[in-house]
Amino acid sequence: MRSSTILGLATTAVITLGLTTASMAAETIKVGVLHSLSGTMAISETTLKDTVLMLVEEQNKKGGLLGKKLEAVVVDPASDWPLFAEKARELLEVHKVDVVFGNWTSVSRKSVLPVFEELNGLLFYPVQYEGEESSKNVFYTGAAPNQQAIPAVDYLMEEGVKRWVLAGTDYVYPRTTNKILESYLKTKGVAATDIMINYTPFGHSDWQTIVSDIKAFGAAGKKTAVVSTINGDANVPFYKELGNQGLKAQDIPVIAFSVGEEELSGMDTTALVGHLAAWNYFMSAEAEVNAAFIKIWHAFIKDDKRVTNDPMEAHYIGFNMWVKAVEKAGTTDVDSVRSAIYGVTYPNLTGGTAVMNTNHHLTKPVLIGEIQADGQFETVWQTTGGVIGDAWTDFLPESARLVADWTAPINCGNFNIDSGKCSGQNY
Amino acid sequence: MRLRFRLSMLVVLFAVALSVWVPQAQASALEGAVTALDARSFAAKSKAVDALEALGEPDALPALRAMLEGMLFREKASKRVVIAEKIGGEYKISDALSGAELGQVKKAKLKKVSVNNRLRGRLQLAIGSLALNARDAETRTKSARSLTKQGNISMLPALDKAIAAETEPSVESTMRIARHAIQTKAGNQADRLAAITALDGVLDQDVMFILGTLSQKANEADPVVRALAAATLASTESSGRFYGAAETLFFGISLGSVLLLAAVGLAITFGVMGVINMAHGEMIMLGAYTTYVIQQWLPNAIEVSLAIAIPAAFLVSGAVGMAIERGVIRLLYGRPLETLLATFGISLILQQAVRVIFSPLNRSVITPDWMSGALEVNAALSFTYNRLTIVIFTIVLLAGIAALLRYTAFGLQMRAVTQNRQMASVMGIRTNWIDALTFGFGSGIAGIAGVALSQLTNVGPNLGQQYIVDSFMVVVFGGVGNIWGTVLGAMTLGVANKLLEPWAGAVLGKIFILIFIILFIQKRPSGMFAIKGRAAEN
Repeated sequence: MRSSTILGLATTAVITLGLTTASMAAETIKVGVLHSLSGTMAISETTLKDTVLMLVEEQNKKGGLLGKKLEAVVVDPASDWPLFAEKARELLEVHKVDVVFGNWTSVSRKSVLPVFEELNGLLFYPVQYEGEESSKNVFYTGAAPNQQAIPAVDYLMEEGVKRWVLAGTDYVYPRTTNKILESYLKTKGVAATDIMINYTPFGHSDWQTIVSDIKAFGAAGKKTAVVSTINGDANVPFYKELGNQGLKAQDIPVIAFSVGEEELSGMDTTALVGHLAAWNYFMSAEAEVNAAFIKIWHAFIKDDKRVTNDPMEAHYIGFNMWVKAVEKAGTTDVDSVRSAIYGVTYPNLTGGTAVMNTNHHLTKPVLIGEIQADGQFETVWQTTGGVIGDAWTDFLPESARLVADWTAPINCGNFNIDSGKCSGQNY
Repeated sequence: MRLRFRLSMLVVLFAVALSVWVPQAQASALEGAVTALDARSFAAKSKAVDALEALGEPDALPALRAMLEGMLFREKASKRVVIAEKIGGEYKISDALSGAELGQVKKAKLKKVSVNNRLRGRLQLAIGSLALNARDAETRTKSARSLTKQGNISMLPALDKAIAAETEPSVESTMRIARHAIQTKAGNQADRLAAITALDGVLDQDVMFILGTLSQKANEADPVVRALAAATLASTESSGRFYGAAETLFFGISLGSVLLLAAVGLAITFGVMGVINMAHGEMIMLGAYTTYVIQQWLPNAIEVSLAIAIPAAFLVSGAVGMAIERGVIRLLYGRPLETLLATFGISLILQQAVRVIFSPLNRSVITPDWMSGALEVNAALSFTYNRLTIVIFTIVLLAGIAALLRYTAFGLQMRAVTQNRQMASVMGIRTNWIDALTFGFGSGIAGIAGVALSQLTNVGPNLGQQYIVDSFMVVVFGGVGNIWGTVLGAMTLGVANKLLEPWAGAVLGKIFILIFIILFIQKRPSGMFAIKGRAAEN
């Protein structure tokens, strides 16, 4: 009895081993997914994990890539920044993935950068960010400041806004964005006394004083607007307080860079109607590709109430561009794919065409939408064509002279056009 | 006076006669203007609103209001402009002018007449001027308010007429402010100066905005007007300073109430029992999720669902608390470090469990209408209803806890065990059970706090973490083992935080408070009020 059990176990083991080698032999192309599924960032990143899984499934339905099936490898960095680096290393060294889609916060991206550069991996980063970076191994499919913050301010200026509140959560993205905006506003002739900058801790929930200050700031006789880089959870109490203290969108509009459809689905939107957001994509965009994308998403997630958002579109564009580049290069080798992807175009979901530039940023349209009672946006303004993502902003003296171009002859992420040199730093 | 009244009567009579005289022309003009609301560009829509306002016909009010609220649609087939109300999956449509019902249609048959913020402002103004003649006083007040904000000189005759006809003194004074506000912007210098002087001391956000505008060189050419406007604004602001201070105090008290709500359960479990419960924040979170679940069951009765949620959250969090006490903490009494680690582990388990069950996304809990908005005393002082509700709720809850501790057998036994465990045990009190009940009670209170917090902030897996540090801070500062110490601690911290925030900023303010508490604890390790108890004995 015992020997037969052992025999049985051994057979099972051999069969399992055989199966594993068989599937190894069939060779899949591995797609790494590096998004937090637990911890504070799970709220935003879980959806992106599902998006990549859906894109992989769709690609496999079309017959895979280079005659091979795609296989997603999902790891959970648990909203823990050092763990992001470890998991990135695991994906590249242990699982030997060909490409990674991942990260949300800037600090997590900074944490994985050295790993991707050391092991020559390939990362697609889908979230709007503060710019000031261009790594050889990262493609930035989210918006750079000139694709979100600057057009948003331009729009409000057209609407007659003369006085500005720059409110943000206290970390790198709002601080850098506000630095850029402050300098931009000053070049447009806004006096320093007409700019109020305010930072709050993560998850700030008591907005009474700040909203009352904004109210007083807005009563000075000039049209006032709030540019909000307030992150995630702090937004609900912020908008509630605005509504309760009687600040309406018509009087003091708030334009947000971190509030999208997904965030709105967890809020009671009554206090938010009329406030604005700037993105490169809205779920309400009227385009056939968008309708098809939403349909596939609902079928995949098996819930037709789930919304789509801007970072999902960024992954959609990034993934499909990578597929096109791999087909063009005929291999998944990182360097070949990297040189093949420059200039690759793909239809974006709002109706235009996105282009991958040699500075690793996309050309995308910019949309400004007003929040509606159903948690969707109504587009009130959009750029006529695409805007080229600028890695180094023109509005900070230290980065105005820097360009990123990963093709010959420059071949670097931070080329100084005055000195004609790269700083030597890789990103 | 009587003569003027007669005259205005005559005018009204004449207007009525006129409207009877040319009803046909007027009606078709109205119809045309309403149809024009559905223009392509926002500029053309704005022109259509101008036209409707010029007609001065209150019949256009429903259409304008519907447009403002996003309920105005075009029926694609007939190209008619209709008001649509969502009922289930379909829309009930009615004629934009007559209000005649036109049946129910699918969403696909309608196209929304879109508006933007600028148009919203324009619409409010048009509604305001049309509504000056409305029957109910509230609408008239509202319309006067909107005229204060953005009325122009062409509306003065209509406003004067309305002031003359007004019977309600409070509405009349609002209308007069609107009249002065409009007069400051145009007319001859003497009129304008008189109007500015009349606005001295009027603590109104919009009036102050107008005075601010007038005091700037870019907007106002006349230096005399500019100087007077600046002086008037300064004097108004200084008279508002007292109210500003009162408002800061209210902010402090309301923040203190939130802190107190979060901490009072901890004051019982940590303060009275001496158990460091890192999962306390998750008890609050469970309470908030209970509110969400009950609201899902009763989507149409928000108030009722909240009323049910209070005892339900108490029971859910209390039951989980007792399970934690019986299952884990009981085995670890006297080993504070292990308790800390074990309860921290439990808090992570509870968070992830919520992520798995409810998804990691925040859940939206609806706030009853009466809790939004503010009780506005004047521009410098207003009490937001949700904060007022929380303050009152905290007082009631605290009174309940005090009564329970003072007057019930459970309260007596709890106090006895706290003061002297051996003696209580000798007197026949089952100290084991009292421990479990006390822990359950403290957790249940945290659950109730969750119901209240669900009205202020996000209901998500991270809700508890936001309050755990603050809660410990309050309890330690107030004095371990003393609920009244906790009350005073919470209020002190709340008010101090709000006093610091305006000049130090939210981030630095919080740091100052933390440093202050560290120094304070160095000086008085047992907090503001220390009593003898089990915690004190150790």
